[in-house]
Amino acid sequence: MTSMLRHRLFWPAAVLVVLLASNLVFSNNFFTITLQDGHLYGSLIDILRRSAPLVLVALGMTLVIATGGIDLSVGSVMAISGALACLLIGDLSNPDAVGPVLLVVGAAIALCLVFGLWNGFLVAVLGIQPIIATLILMVAGRGVAQLITDGQILNVHSAPYRVIGAGYFLAVPVSFLIAAAAVGLTVALTRRTALGLLLESVGGSPTASRLAGIRSRRITIMVYVFAAAFAGVAGLIYSSDVSSADSNAAGNLIELNAILAVVLGGTALTGGRFSIAGSVLGAVIITTLDITAVSVGVPVETTLLFKAVVVIILCLAQSATFRAKVFGRFGTKRAEVPA
Amino acid sequence: MAEQLKMTGIKKIFPGVVALDDVDFRLLPGEIHALMGENGAGKSTLIKVLTGVYDIDGGEIELAGERVRFTGPLQAQQAGISTVYQEVNLCPNLSVAENIFIGREPRKFGRIQWSETRKRAQASLARLDLDIDVTAQLDSYSLAIQQMVAIARATDVGTTKVLILDEPTSSLDASEVEQLFTIMRRLKADGVAILFVSHFLDQVYEIADRMTVLRNGRLIGEYRTDELPQMQLVSKMIGKELEALEQIEEHAKDTTAVERGTPIVEARELGRDGAIAPFSLTIHAGEVVGLAGLLGSGRTELARLLFGADRPDRGELLIDGKPHTVKAPRDAMAEGIAFSSENRRTEGIIGELTVRENMILAMQAARGWTRPIPRRKQDELVEQYIKALQIRPADPERLVRDLSGGNQQKVLLARWLITEPRLLIIDEPTRGIDVGAKAEIQRLVAQLADGGMAVLFVSAELEEVLRLSHKIEVLRDRRLVEELENGADVDADRIMQTIASGATT
Amino acid sequence: MIDVSTPPATGPQAQKRGGRRVYRPNTKHIPVLATLALLVVMYSIGVYNYESFGDTQVFLNIFVDNAFLLVVAVGMTFVILTGGIDLSVGAVIALTTTVAATLLAAGWPAGVVLPLVLLIGTVMGLGMGAVIHFFKVEPFIATLAGMFLARGLALLIDRNSIPITNDFWTQMAQKRFRFDDGVFISLNVVIAAIVVLIAAIVLAWTRFGRNVYAIGGNADSALLMGLPVGRTRIAVYTLSGFCASLGGVLYSFYTSSGYSLHGQGLELDAIAAVVIGGVLLTGGSGYVLGTVLGVMVLGLIQTIITFQGDLNSWWTRIVVGVLLFAFIVLQRLVTRKAK
Repeated sequence: MTSMLRHRLFWPAAVLVVLLASNLVFSNNFFTITLQDGHLYGSLIDILRRSAPLVLVALGMTLVIATGGIDLSVGSVMAISGALACLLIGDLSNPDAVGPVLLVVGAAIALCLVFGLWNGFLVAVLGIQPIIATLILMVAGRGVAQLITDGQILNVHSAPYRVIGAGYFLAVPVSFLIAAAAVGLTVALTRRTALGLLLESVGGSPTASRLAGIRSRRITIMVYVFAAAFAGVAGLIYSSDVSSADSNAAGNLIELNAILAVVLGGTALTGGRFSIAGSVLGAVIITTLDITAVSVGVPVETTLLFKAVVVIILCLAQSATFRAKVFGRFGTKRAEVPA
Repeated sequence: MAEQLKMTGIKKIFPGVVALDDVDFRLLPGEIHALMGENGAGKSTLIKVLTGVYDIDGGEIELAGERVRFTGPLQAQQAGISTVYQEVNLCPNLSVAENIFIGREPRKFGRIQWSETRKRAQASLARLDLDIDVTAQLDSYSLAIQQMVAIARATDVGTTKVLILDEPTSSLDASEVEQLFTIMRRLKADGVAILFVSHFLDQVYEIADRMTVLRNGRLIGEYRTDELPQMQLVSKMIGKELEALEQIEEHAKDTTAVERGTPIVEARELGRDGAIAPFSLTIHAGEVVGLAGLLGSGRTELARLLFGADRPDRGELLIDGKPHTVKAPRDAMAEGIAFSSENRRTEGIIGELTVRENMILAMQAARGWTRPIPRRKQDELVEQYIKALQIRPADPERLVRDLSGGNQQKVLLARWLITEPRLLIIDEPTRGIDVGAKAEIQRLVAQLADGGMAVLFVSAELEEVLRLSHKIEVLRDRRLVEELENGADVDADRIMQTIASGATT
Repeated sequence: MIDVSTPPATGPQAQKRGGRRVYRPNTKHIPVLATLALLVVMYSIGVYNYESFGDTQVFLNIFVDNAFLLVVAVGMTFVILTGGIDLSVGAVIALTTTVAATLLAAGWPAGVVLPLVLLIGTVMGLGMGAVIHFFKVEPFIATLAGMFLARGLALLIDRNSIPITNDFWTQMAQKRFRFDDGVFISLNVVIAAIVVLIAAIVLAWTRFGRNVYAIGGNADSALLMGLPVGRTRIAVYTLSGFCASLGGVLYSFYTSSGYSLHGQGLELDAIAAVVIGGVLLTGGSGYVLGTVLGVMVLGLIQTIITFQGDLNSWWTRIVVGVLLFAFIVLQRLVTRKAK
């Protein structure tokens, strides 16, 4: 079991190591971490800080994918959450007071919970295919975000709000702490309780799960709510980091990056077994790619090419058929027993 | 006579399993040849090899004297091998006419001629004595009709040399079977070699000229049907383990042993439209109630209503004498009712989870996700049941999909036994598993009832029902037609009579 | 083990044969009819509320402005009919326009550039189809990789918008087909109409077309029925790639420019048009005509919002989202009733 898990994470881990190593070639002080003004600085810290939103979104996506679903709406939810927060903070009489900002953050996340419920309702109650159900909010959501910001980029100046995405606590970036807490929460929630098992069971076979007495409807709704909530927090981090709400840029393509992260981490899109560590690793790989591009000195956009290549390589590596075709017939092929 | 098809030394290996080991098989033109064997004997694999779904790992295939090797179903079809599978393998979203002709529609300048297609489809169905609207979508028809359409498709190819019918009769009624046989005889007269697979021995003896018996992926022999009595065939199919089954034959069907106090479950005119007509039924502690009836007679539907897997439209369900609404499996579970489905693979086990996880699933579901079963408790329970049910391999961390059918069934049973139910509903627990496991499961059911558990036992095999049940409920055409106290005067013939004739008083 | 459960003889049942068909109206047409009704209602509302909305030219402009989308959506229709999805179409448009503009700016003759860019899209589609079929990679992931690849290549070639001044291109862009009363359509519309016509004929009258439906209905059955499932599936993605690049060419006619950020989110518009046009996202049911209606609905929404004046563009997204929801629920109800 553990050896299999290790095997599963081996390739993504190898990719990350290669990426980091290649950075070293281009910048000698890549691994240097310094303490300035009580803040940790360095490329590695930067990677951790900048991965936070993607890690959050990928966490939610992992749970959704484990149930055999998918959530395309996370980017839109990010945009809405940031937009609402910035709008409300803009209306505050004193944007530097901690209490009201916390309330605003709470309100933004609450709205995201509602969107999560909506997705969950469509999937679990109306029985609509997840990819289609969440497409609705993906399309409409950005419109809603633009409606909130009236099509403008809303700038905010609020010290407490800025802490979420750009602040430091005990020299460590707050966004990283938030992401780490979310990872901890998700692990505890899925592995310390029976939620993980029930999720994998629902993803593995919904019918069998129902007949085993699992409330799969409730669980399904729950994961979409989770995904939306995490996306909402990611949206807050993003908008706090840039001190504004940009309904078009916030969470653009993040759904695809998150799905990519989950797949890189070894969780199958068909549902069932999932790996939180894998997804986190996947999210860090993707962020590292972006940062590597900068340090190597190629245009940021070309990371898309990198991603394409990485997706193709990893998908092929994970494709049983490909392995069978390339590495011989039985060695790595999954057991296939005749019906 | 020269063989139409000759397979020699066929070998097919799956990781960990030798599905076919040095199997010879031949088909003569103009014969109906039955392929016999228990589940897991290698019938399906052999058929899939023949139809090009699987490639072989050894051996040779000769069709009409020429050596062939198929890379896919298309090549096999083009070579003249047509197949009708057990489950209807057609496209439900297309019209009947299209389903018959897709891939070989009559065309002019590359354009499909729809009116010609329809006309030919009509004609081809008329040969099967079937007159239906061929422009209607396939899934608007019953399964039996869909099966006939599949046969129409398979036989319409003028060039068919070999026709494979893989359990085509399992969803057909008697007159439909007769129709099919008429068609088969006609094709046989045309010189087509027909490979026929059926679990109904009477059908095999009625239609087949010769038969080939497989067991555990090996060839047992090839026989003329009229030279092999049924009893011999059965012993060839199941091997020497026949006695294993007979051991529990002696289990007392002692109806007096059951205390008939307040029934655990009582159904009063419970029913669901389109599934099962209203029925009344009581089940007491320590009692094994058998459900007998043909496939599609409503056996499974009745069981599902009691478990809340489907919701009843009418009637009431009393548990311990009190009316209860069972809306979902959870509600039934809360009352100590357990249900192991007949579709082990799709509704039972969850293949990618481990044996341990599968076993504790129902108990965990009942507790809810916030209260995980402590790992030590899990290990204890799992170890206990692996031992008690002799599950092999005895490794709790093995993925269930890697286990054999019989062991998967035991895992499923363990899942429910762990919840310590008062009423255990088991639907076809012995289907598709080897004889040894079958006997073990039967023995287990008897033991459980002796220990005071109520069991509702659903099986297609009358002998099994007779052997285990205190009380037998006979179903026919989605209606509970008769209740029989099991005793000396009740035997398979008696039940067959009821099934054949409907209600007796 | 003696089988005693031989089915009993049942006389009366034999006669029931043929009468056993469950009656139901042709549910396949319901979504298309609903779209048509919606279109009529929307158009009537427009004519009633806004002056000169009823002008023929206003109506024709829906096609003039959306010809490229129509072509892309037709390709998408084939893909979705097989139960797949193609996320790469927007990126392929970007790549097509960028390559075309770059090469034309470098002085290549239009006669070479045009077939070349069409070939690029087609080959990309072929590649994605091959990966999906041979390596059993999910369409979602494979076309996602294709999307990254195409967009990345486009960005690598040029990050700026490139104007197209080639004579042939300008001629094509300005080509108008005028009718007696002064109204006109552009060449793009004519090309789109031809594409639609060919697609409709192919789907209804050729083996390839019917195989597409068969695969969408039940791919396993189709394989067992001896249909060329792999070839058809690859062909469908190839076709979509071709349509996307043709759409890109039309788009470059329409905008007289090549830009690596063209066609962002266009895959969503295409999917939305196909769904609103009544094609079942799970595959197997739908018509090209429906897709045409779907594109018209999207175009009409834009037109109404333009006429209204005080509505902003984000309302388009919201309305499209609402329509998506309505049609998805409708599809759900129709298929559920059919079961």
